[in-house]
Amino acid sequence: MTDAVQTANISEAGTDSAVAIAVARTGTAEKFLRIVIPFVMVALAIGLWQLHITVNEVPRYIMPAPGDVIAALYTDWGTLSPSLLVTLRITFLALAIALVGGVGLAIILVQSKWIELAIFPFAVILQVTPMIAIAPLLIIYMPDTQSALLTCAFVVAFFPILSNMVAGLKSVDHNLLNLFELYGASRWQTLLYLKLPASLPYFAAGLRIGGGLSLIAAVVAEFAAGSAGKGAGLAFRLLESGYRLNYPRLYAALILLMVTGVAIFAATSLIAWLLLHRWHESAMKREN
Amino acid sequence: MRAILPAPLCPKSGSSILTDILEAAPETAETTPERTVVSMRNVSKLFSNGTLALKDMSLDVRRGEFLSLLGPSGCGKSTALRIIAGLGAASTGVIDWPSSRINAKGLPEGDVGFVFQEPTLMPWASVFDNVYLPLRLNGMSKSGARPRIMEALASVGLSDFEKSYPRELSGGMKMRVSIARALVTKPRLLLMDEPFAALDEITRQKLNDDVLRLWRETGITVIFVTHSVFESAFLSNRIVVMRARPGQVCADLAIETTGERDANYRTSEEYRATTDRVSRALQEAIMLGAQGQ
Repeated sequence: MTDAVQTANISEAGTDSAVAIAVARTGTAEKFLRIVIPFVMVALAIGLWQLHITVNEVPRYIMPAPGDVIAALYTDWGTLSPSLLVTLRITFLALAIALVGGVGLAIILVQSKWIELAIFPFAVILQVTPMIAIAPLLIIYMPDTQSALLTCAFVVAFFPILSNMVAGLKSVDHNLLNLFELYGASRWQTLLYLKLPASLPYFAAGLRIGGGLSLIAAVVAEFAAGSAGKGAGLAFRLLESGYRLNYPRLYAALILLMVTGVAIFAATSLIAWLLLHRWHESAMKREN
Repeated sequence: MRAILPAPLCPKSGSSILTDILEAAPETAETTPERTVVSMRNVSKLFSNGTLALKDMSLDVRRGEFLSLLGPSGCGKSTALRIIAGLGAASTGVIDWPSSRINAKGLPEGDVGFVFQEPTLMPWASVFDNVYLPLRLNGMSKSGARPRIMEALASVGLSDFEKSYPRELSGGMKMRVSIARALVTKPRLLLMDEPFAALDEITRQKLNDDVLRLWRETGITVIFVTHSVFESAFLSNRIVVMRARPGQVCADLAIETTGERDANYRTSEEYRATTDRVSRALQEAIMLGAQGQ
C-alpha cells in the first residue's frame, strides 16, 4: 500500500508539487501470499494426483505416483542430468543468438524502409514455416545434429524478438524524436539514448516469448530430428522412456522440462521487471 | 512599438543559470529592445494533404520580448513555432537568425529551447537525466553538467526531485522539468507550444507566475503559443493574433502595464481592459478565418 508518500518542499516547488505521486508499494502480507499461494496450489495438485493413483489403483506402467517420479529423479539422475544439460545448452545458446540477432537485425531494419522491405519477408517466411517440417532438412544441411537442433531453436525464438524490437524501435514518441532533432542528436545518440530505451518494453515482451519458445523448439526439434547417445537431450529421454514403458523416468524428464520452462519464464520476467519497474506501466502496481 | 520589461519581482544575484543566460546575452532587452532574434519572411507552409497552414507570414521577434502567438485552433501557431525551431521546413519563405551562429541545418547553435504541449519527458530516465539530456547530446559529462542541471532544477523549484521519475510527478511538476530542460542550455530564445493547456487553472496560474519570473530574471526572449486570451494578456508584452485558413498575422498588439504582473494584476481594471482589447482582436481574427472558409 502507499506507505511512502514523497514529501515536497511546497514553498519552493509550488502548490502542484504537493501532489507528487506516491509510488505503490506491496505490503508484507501480500508479498508472503504471492510466494505461498503458487506453492500451495502445486502441492494440492500433487496431492490430487496421489489420491487418484491410490483410489483408482492405477498401475505404475500407466501412470506413476508422485513418489515414483521423485524416486526416478533420484535414481536416474545420472542419465537425466547430462540430457538436461544438453537441452539447456541448446535452449540458452539459441536464445542468446536470437537476442543478438533479433535486436541487431531490428536496428538495421528500422534504419531504412527499403532495408526493411528487402529483409523482413525472409524473417516472416522463417516464422510461418513449420519447424517440424524443416528440421529433417536441417539435419541434412547442418554439419551435425547439435547444430541442426540449435538452428531450429534459434529460428523459432528469433522472430518474436525481432518483430517486437522492430515495433518498439518504431514506436518512439514523435515529440521526443523532435526534441532529439532540435538538440542536434546524431543517429547513434538517438538510437542509444532514445530508441533503445523506449523499446525496452517491447524487448521484454519478445524476451519472454522467445525464452519459452526456445525451450519448446529445442525439444520439438529433437523429436523431429532425433538424436541419441552422448548428445541426447531430454526429448530423446522422453521418447526412450516411452518406448521402454519406464513411465516414472518419462515423468521425471517431463518435470525437468517443466521446471526448466518455469525457470526461464521466471528469469525473463525478472529481467523484464528489472528493466521496467521504475517507469513502465506493465511492471508497476496499479494504485486506486 | 516598444517592448516593455517590467521590473523583476524576485531579483536574484550571484552565480546561477539565470545570470549565466544573461551573460550569454550581454545586451539586455532594456538596452537594445529592437534587436531582432529571429525573423520570419513571407513564410508559407503547405502540408502534403493540401492544407495551407501558413500564408506569407512575416514576423520579427526582438530580443527580450515575451511574445504570445494567439489564435483559434488550426490557425498555424504551432506550425509557425515548429518552423522557427527547425522541426518542420517552410514551403516558401525564409527564417533569418541575424544574431546567432548558424549550424549546418540552418539552425542557431544551442540558442533555442523548446517546451512542448506535453512535458515530453523520457519516462525511463530520472528528472536529473531528463534535464541532462541536451548537455549529454552536446558531449558534456554528467559530473561536469551537474551544477548547471541543479541550477536549472532550482530555478523551477524542483531541487528535491532530481532522483524522481516522471511518473512520480504531477502534471505541473513534469512541465517544470520540461522547462528546466529547455533552460539548461542557456538558450537565447525559448519556444513554448501551449505548455500549460492541459493543466488545471491553479497550476496553470502558478506556472504562469514562474515563467514570468524566469523571463524577468533572465531577459530571455520567449515565443509562447496559446489559445488563452487571459494567459497571453497576463504574460506577454506583445501579442500576435493569428487568423485561420490560411494562417496569417491579423493583429500585433503591444501590451504595456503600469505595475507588476502579479496576483493583484489579475483582478485589476488594467488587466480587464487588456483582455477586452485582446478578445476583440481575437474575435476579428476568428471572423476573418470564418470568411476565408
